[in-house]
Amino acid sequence: MSDEQNSVSDLLEDNQYKYGFTTDVESDTFAKGLNEDVVRAISKKKNEPEFMLNFRLKAFEKWKTMTEPAWPNVHYPPIDFQDISYYSEPKKKKVLESLDEVDPEVMRTFEKLGIPLDEQKKLANVAVDAVFDSVSVATTHKKKLMEQGIIFCPISEALQDYPELVEEYLGTVVPVGDNYYAALNSAVFTDGSFVYIPPDTISPMEISTYFRINTEETGQFERTLIICAENSYVSYLEGCTAPQFDTNQLHAAVVELVTLDNAEIKYSTVQNWYAGDKETGKGGIYNFVTKRGKCAGENSKISWTQVETGSAITWKYPSCILQGDNSSGEFYSVALTNGHMQADTGTKMIHIGKNTRSSIISKGISADVSSNSYRGQVKIGKNATNARNYSQCDSMLVGDKSSAHTFPYIETANSSVQVEHEAATSKISEDQLFYFESRGISRENAIEAVISGFCKDVFKQLPMEFAVEAQKLLTLKLEDSVG
Amino acid sequence: MLEIKDLHAGVDGTEIVKGISLSINKGEVHAIMGPNGSGKSTLAKILSGHPAYEATSGEIIFDGQNLLEMDAEERSLAGVFMGFQYPVEVPGVNNAEFLRMAHNARKVKAGEEEVDPLDFDELLSEKMKMLGMEKKYKERNLNDGFSGGEKKKNEILQMAILEPKLSLLDETDSGLDIDALRIVSEGVNKLRSENNALILITHYQRLLDYIKPDFVHVLSQGKIVKSGDKALALELESQGYDWVTTAD
Ligand SMILES: Nc1ncnc2c1ncn2[C@@H]1O[C@H](COP(=O)(O)OP(=O)(O)OP(=O)(O)O)[C@@H](O)[C@H]1O
Ligand SMILES: [Mg+2]
Repeated sequence: MSDEQNSVSDLLEDNQYKYGFTTDVESDTFAKGLNEDVVRAISKKKNEPEFMLNFRLKAFEKWKTMTEPAWPNVHYPPIDFQDISYYSEPKKKKVLESLDEVDPEVMRTFEKLGIPLDEQKKLANVAVDAVFDSVSVATTHKKKLMEQGIIFCPISEALQDYPELVEEYLGTVVPVGDNYYAALNSAVFTDGSFVYIPPDTISPMEISTYFRINTEETGQFERTLIICAENSYVSYLEGCTAPQFDTNQLHAAVVELVTLDNAEIKYSTVQNWYAGDKETGKGGIYNFVTKRGKCAGENSKISWTQVETGSAITWKYPSCILQGDNSSGEFYSVALTNGHMQADTGTKMIHIGKNTRSSIISKGISADVSSNSYRGQVKIGKNATNARNYSQCDSMLVGDKSSAHTFPYIETANSSVQVEHEAATSKISEDQLFYFESRGISRENAIEAVISGFCKDVFKQLPMEFAVEAQKLLTLKLEDSVG
Repeated sequence: MLEIKDLHAGVDGTEIVKGISLSINKGEVHAIMGPNGSGKSTLAKILSGHPAYEATSGEIIFDGQNLLEMDAEERSLAGVFMGFQYPVEVPGVNNAEFLRMAHNARKVKAGEEEVDPLDFDELLSEKMKMLGMEKKYKERNLNDGFSGGEKKKNEILQMAILEPKLSLLDETDSGLDIDALRIVSEGVNKLRSENNALILITHYQRLLDYIKPDFVHVLSQGKIVKSGDKALALELESQGYDWVTTAD
């Protein structure tokens, strides 16, 4: 498919997967298969400090003893982990001194995605780290951030320049043996982003990572670590796309967030990995991601906002460990499934400290023959006096062949707590759309209005440009499914 | 303005409208009456382009255009308005914003600039005042949790904003209390002009006391069995439908 000639807007009109192009770059890809040598080779290739190699090896040992989780409400044939290549990087890569050294093809790819990395053209107030297959290719605005002591770089670079920081925090939120995919990631991750906000610093811009899988049959295992020190704040955005392949590609990322006293991290994701063929369900990304934040300090706050619109299978529970007294965690989610997509997503709020608060707003939209499950756990420890949780999980069904499921788990070991859970299911009906149309409003605008009404509480958490993009994406995906 | 010629139509292969012909000119008010289930709402839905209802034969010409070839959106933009008997609820969509979308769809069609929320609010306030509607309906979601009468008022509010050429009001009077019926009827009368036309579907003379029809048609089992002037409605009120529907 030579989408190279088509402009992005043409693709939009075709109503095809907008980002389904591959880029012709020479890449350096490991042979398929996974064993200890591969793990060592990755570490060596990246010239990593000793602790990192040990971390990987420990994770690999764990992983070998583990089995894939069977509890999620998703179904897929067994994955052959030996049939995946664990490392792929665009060739011609040493340490990049400037953006001029990035392969122009890679640069054009990101431009096509609407992420211009050129110094002149770069987004005015967003710093971007672009990860192509497994390797981070360019980080913008780095200097400007550095002036305030903010570190924003590929994690591979952080391992060279700030190994002690990485060592102090890596794996403290998601331990190497946490779950099957996290263990795999810990063993083989190749790159990702690293952010450190020093004390008393409000990041002057949003920080953003753009992930793209380009090579067929490589897994993408990125690792993100964000540390926000005392009295600091950062808003972090993550975007994801992948080209169309017939085979399934595995994406198993780990994201760890840490907030110290009075710090706040706001983490937003718009995920639009290729979801597979709409009719047959062939291909698409398996998105098996572990995201977790730890409010280590008092009065600290972590807020996850996600708009999940892609991937053949999503297995993802951005969570908060509320350890510091008075800390709070938030989870805002819109998960859309259509075609043959399956999503099992939600959150975990672990209340440990006193007066900890969490709120969960989840909006699931299922269309066609897809299946959309919300799974949420609220766990309140015995010392979490006066902890509070509010959960609201709404589902919207489009058509009558899709399904929505809600699995809330609530565990409380302290009697002073207050936990509220609300859930509702609604439907976009043909009669609603007809009502709009009979007033001269196009079907497209009608769907957009109904969906954005349904998702309002989540969208308003997103930075403006992201909210607009997210809304368009949802509308585009649903146009064929309604009616 | 509107010319319906031997229209047959139905849903899921069942014929409900069985050969209706009707001619409506600018400035006229037509009332359609008839027993429950006779096909009045079906006729209205066919006119407004509901996708579930299908015309199997016949013609509908509106302002020289073949209405049956246009979708609901195009018909609305061409100036056809349907006030629904059972307006649908749309949770999550703000009423004022919905009205602005509808208003702006016309602006776009006319190649004019869209109206921003502030300017639209002025227009909206004026129309709501005319219909005696409280401001709070701006903030509410579209028909969501509205009472029966409030929904009907909201339909007329849309008509007032959109200023259609042809309005079909399907039992707008039912559900309105006595005062509301008067206020809404006065509102509809204010919207009338030499250039637009009105079809009122109703069961009750009371509405026709306020909005005087030029013609009254009786629909029975999918056909117009009798047409006359406003005196016909009075006769129906006193005698019921039996004498017209069993006439032959
Ligand atoms: N979607 C549908 N599916 C099946 N039958 C329908 C459908 N719509 C209308 N009908 C049937 O067609 C007939 C006419 O219905 P319609 O709603 O047009 O009647 P009406 O004249 O408006 O009645 P009322 O005075 O009670 O509003 C009824 O028997 C009704 O049950
Ligand atoms: Mg009716």
